[in-house]
Amino acid sequence: MRGGAGPTLVLVVAVGVLVATGVTLLLERSLTRILLGVILLGNGVNLLILLGGRSGAAPLVGLAPAGQTSDALPQAMVLTAVVITFGLTAFVLAVAYRSWYLSGDDEVQDDLEDRQIVRLAERNEVPTADLGGEGPDNDPEQVDPGPALRRLRRGDRR
Amino acid sequence: MTPPLVPLPVVLPLLGAALTLILAHRPGLQRSVSVVGLTTTLAVAVALLVQAYRHGPVVVQVGGWPAPVGIVLVADQLAALMLVVSSAVTLCVLLYSIGQGRGEIGETAPVSIFHPTYLVLTAGVTNAFLAGDLFNLFVGFEILLAASFVLITLGGTETRIRTGSTYVVVSILSSMIFLAAVGLVYAATGTLNMAQLAGRLDGLPDGVRLSLQLMLLLAFGIKAAVFPVSAWLPDSYPTAPAPVTAVFAGLLTKVGVYAIIRTETLLFPGGEADRLLLVVAGLTMLVGILGAVAQSDMKRLFSFTLVSHIGYMIFGVALSSVAGLSGAIFYVVHHITIQTTLFLVAGLVEERAGSTDLRRLGGLARVAPLLAVLFFVPAMNLAGIPPLSGFLGKLGLLQAGVAAGGVLPGVLVAAGAVTSLLTLYVASRVWNIAFWRAPRLATAEPTVRLPALMTGATTALVALGVALTLAAGPLFQVTADAASDLRARTPYVRAVFPGGVP
Repeated sequence: MRGGAGPTLVLVVAVGVLVATGVTLLLERSLTRILLGVILLGNGVNLLILLGGRSGAAPLVGLAPAGQTSDALPQAMVLTAVVITFGLTAFVLAVAYRSWYLSGDDEVQDDLEDRQIVRLAERNEVPTADLGGEGPDNDPEQVDPGPALRRLRRGDRR
Repeated sequence: MTPPLVPLPVVLPLLGAALTLILAHRPGLQRSVSVVGLTTTLAVAVALLVQAYRHGPVVVQVGGWPAPVGIVLVADQLAALMLVVSSAVTLCVLLYSIGQGRGEIGETAPVSIFHPTYLVLTAGVTNAFLAGDLFNLFVGFEILLAASFVLITLGGTETRIRTGSTYVVVSILSSMIFLAAVGLVYAATGTLNMAQLAGRLDGLPDGVRLSLQLMLLLAFGIKAAVFPVSAWLPDSYPTAPAPVTAVFAGLLTKVGVYAIIRTETLLFPGGEADRLLLVVAGLTMLVGILGAVAQSDMKRLFSFTLVSHIGYMIFGVALSSVAGLSGAIFYVVHHITIQTTLFLVAGLVEERAGSTDLRRLGGLARVAPLLAVLFFVPAMNLAGIPPLSGFLGKLGLLQAGVAAGGVLPGVLVAAGAVTSLLTLYVASRVWNIAFWRAPRLATAEPTVRLPALMTGATTALVALGVALTLAAGPLFQVTADAASDLRARTPYVRAVFPGGVP
């Protein structure tokens, strides 16, 4: 079906489309779409590996002359990669389900830091520069270290 | 003389993982299997390092298939050194987690899953270090990633699922880039054996070689958390259980750094990406440490220092001189130990005071003096106070930078010095707030003694960090030797193909 010059254009285009759609879906927030993106991207990359080897007859000794068999190594690698992608897909699916179970949807939320910064920006405030900020006045150590220490040791600070 | 040792660091943890899975309902036996497995791995790793130092790289052809057809496992000095440090650190963290499991039962997730997964993670790390084959390196990465996915979402609470999903998606993306690069390397050269690639890549047209190199660097850069692609780390690491965060911080990013070292020396020694790497290294240092300055939680703060100090290692690699590479390897060894220790200490603080939030902590130095010492030594070590190993590592790198000459290395030397000072500021800020000011604890519960095993394991790691200082002379000899071997390339290639490259 294919000439010796290289892979057909159809397969190359297929790799491009699979990777492009996969990456687009990865940019979504919903884990289900990310999952579909991972599947498409994985298949695209696997197809790419397959294109890297020489095409030809089945790589079994005796079926074809030695020079005309296909390269078996990319096929072996793709088998491994397919299994790995499958495992990762299953894990993402489990995470998506768990996320839906816990919070009712499978959207990945903003991280903690981002949310804090957004909150500060809304109120137009600056973050507390140094958290150590207690002057000598309210530092009990500099006034009377004894009682605080004893209270703490007994563990009845209430 | 005993090549069969080489596969053991991979096989032993995997075997242990299988056994601990069978023994899931017998926690006592499970624990002893894990400890014995990792202790043996450590012993094997030390033996391998001695062998590699004395006689050169040790190679095993798996299944007896000769090199370009079969898979090879190679333990040269760099790989063996990484093996020793990583198995020592994993063993200490395992003991710590066992101590923690005894201390509080219930909250800390099902222990029955923890041990097998942890051992699989170790096997993935050792496999990545030993791989003499690009695809086997990929498999090593996948083993450790799959295990780390389970560990980071341990317990399946809402926060861990949220941060875990970021981590999972980013890791999968970097794996896909790596896999695509592997496929393209094969298409371009017709082999994946690294020793064979070393020769064949040199013959490729410049453009093809550079794009393959950049693709591999991008994949490893994401894993190593190098600046423009490091944002996933500080958000995903801190929520995991303390021992998990500690081992991730110590090892996983360093596996990425190790892969970058291999790529830059064995596969693409021309140094075409050096300027790019230097710029990226400088930005990683500065952006990372400025992030740390702004943090108010100990775990998040240490995650940012982790990102920042990856910059030092990339700096050493990018100099592509023996001195720079030697400094980078020394720094990797130092940083694995110190960063793990700091996260373990953060775990101890959480156990003792109920929180790692600096706003809710104070006066720990008076309440828990031992804890204060355990924090103070590695924190000063990280900041690079003489005579500790952090100072020696930074000094080595900065000297290599000055020796390299030129404007860009000079800027990097300045950035390194500033980062070191800011690290000192960050470390002393934590010390002042959490340990020095008036006592305040987040928990109202009466004092419980920290489990002896937890403090014991942390103390052992602190001692290891100090020992690195004392043994810095011989260690620098080993790293310099490893670096000159890496630059020369021939020892590695000749060990894999004694009869010449086919």
